[in-house]
Amino acid sequence: MKTEMNIGFLPLVDACLPILAQEHGFAEEEGLTLRLVKDVSWATVLDRLLYGHSDAAHLVAPLAIATTLGRGRPAQPLSVPFVLGLNGNAITMRPEIAARVSPPGRLGDPAIVGAALAEVARQRIEAGKPLRFGVVHRYSSHNYMMRYWLAACGIRPDRDVEITTVPPPFCADALAAGEVDAICVGEPWNSVAVERGAGVIVLATAQIWRRGVEKVLALREPVLEQQRGSVEALIRALRKAGAHFVDPENWNANAAILARPQYLDGDARLIRRAISDRLLMARGQDTVHFADFMFQYREAANFPWVSQAQWFYTQMVRWDGIPFDPEEAQQAARVFRPDVYRSALAGTGEPLPGASSKVEGSLSGPLAVSMQQGDMTMTNNRFFDGLVFDPADLPGYLAKLP
Amino acid sequence: MRIAIVDESPARASVIQEGLAELDDCEIFVVSDRNGLLARITEIAPDIVLMDLGNPSRDVLEEYFAVSRVLDRPIAMFVDESDEESIAASVEAGVSAYVVDGLAANRIRPLLDLAVRRFRAFARLQSDLAEARGQLAEREAVDKAKRILMDSRGLPEPEAYGELRRTAMNQGRRIADIAEAVITAHELMGKT
Repeated sequence: MKTEMNIGFLPLVDACLPILAQEHGFAEEEGLTLRLVKDVSWATVLDRLLYGHSDAAHLVAPLAIATTLGRGRPAQPLSVPFVLGLNGNAITMRPEIAARVSPPGRLGDPAIVGAALAEVARQRIEAGKPLRFGVVHRYSSHNYMMRYWLAACGIRPDRDVEITTVPPPFCADALAAGEVDAICVGEPWNSVAVERGAGVIVLATAQIWRRGVEKVLALREPVLEQQRGSVEALIRALRKAGAHFVDPENWNANAAILARPQYLDGDARLIRRAISDRLLMARGQDTVHFADFMFQYREAANFPWVSQAQWFYTQMVRWDGIPFDPEEAQQAARVFRPDVYRSALAGTGEPLPGASSKVEGSLSGPLAVSMQQGDMTMTNNRFFDGLVFDPADLPGYLAKLP
Repeated sequence: MRIAIVDESPARASVIQEGLAELDDCEIFVVSDRNGLLARITEIAPDIVLMDLGNPSRDVLEEYFAVSRVLDRPIAMFVDESDEESIAASVEAGVSAYVVDGLAANRIRPLLDLAVRRFRAFARLQSDLAEARGQLAEREAVDKAKRILMDSRGLPEPEAYGELRRTAMNQGRRIADIAEAVITAHELMGKT
């Protein structure tokens, strides 16, 4: 078993689990030493993974699928045996636009905010200055969540609004300079924009899809096979880090660790806010609490449901303008590896679902799930527009989307 | 051949530019400012873009290549998928290259090799410089500590230095560390 693993990451709060697994000795308990390799673009995180500088990486989930399918570069199969977290992003708008579309001091209803935004978008097109939104990467959940929301509100991305890529550290600048009217980014970058008065948080992506996959642990498929023992040890360490991360007792200490120069190199105060599901919507206000803003642990949040990969594939088809291909859909589905997650945690106290795929967005209340190991009740996992994603019929789902 | 070097470090960009200048038939453009990056690339219409791996704008550039119809030619990172070795070498050296499809591999290879060499040379220069800076700072600290000992204990210079060296040897530490300790103690006593 390889005992040292290099793990690539971008300085974002949701890189927390591998960092804390190393810092709190959970990796060591599993016989591993993790070396965290920081970069500033997903392109570089991915290059290091593909060329062997890192064994595994913190990655935006759709990029793992796009890389496997060979979108934008030669295809290289990646595998995802662990989801690093759900949601944790927000949509932040320039203050004058936020004032027109959202209620002051709280998160609005996504449908109502969207309806107001549709009017702003229409006026801006008439004025010859269409709205411009920034997302952190073309193949990011940010891009797909925001597009999902806009389209469901009657705002057609790429026609009614422009969507462009803005690296997280530049989001606040881009808002302040008016290069973009809104950004969808992870923490602490929304809060940085808010603190500077450059933006106002309008929505949390968790409001769009209550259980949307965000970052994943990605490896090259051959590396996963070669280092299977180490990967399973890493999964156990990350799960322990997750339990530690969500315990309020540890929030101060964990925020201080993540804020260190070698990790996020940021403000522990802002990081703690995200960890504790609190948002400062606008400068000078009190923070508001939004339950499950970040979702790293409960309800087997780290279990890589095949249906989640399939949902991303449908969104890729939807927005890349490439026709649905059953072969590609299969390849995309195979990126998520619940079998590896299961074998890593079999015999521990961790809950293991009996199924590998589920209907997404169908729960508005608690439901006890059938389990291979342990007990688990899943709660609200809805999309804001009430649509349900059935992985058994991808073309049928695509046909229902606006 | 039109080459764009995108690098937020103007120093490194010029080291690379200088290296590539020896190639025949190349026009080289340096882009150091991230503002207006895409407009500048459109204007340059390069055949090759070289960008350092530490540049946060890589995702922006890749997105532009993916959706842009401006150049009307698909751009891929590196010309030949089989050229794994030189790709690995460039990632190792810290440079990424985007090449317009259709450009002959025999024209790309020497250019990329050269860029990789220049990137490595720059990294070496930087570490030499950091080391030199470190040495200079240490020498200054030792001088300052010597003066403190000379002033406060009336020692002549050679003995002040001897005192520092003896203490360092006794404690198994470096003279520069002892000097730092002397300076810190002196400052704490309010005697700066």
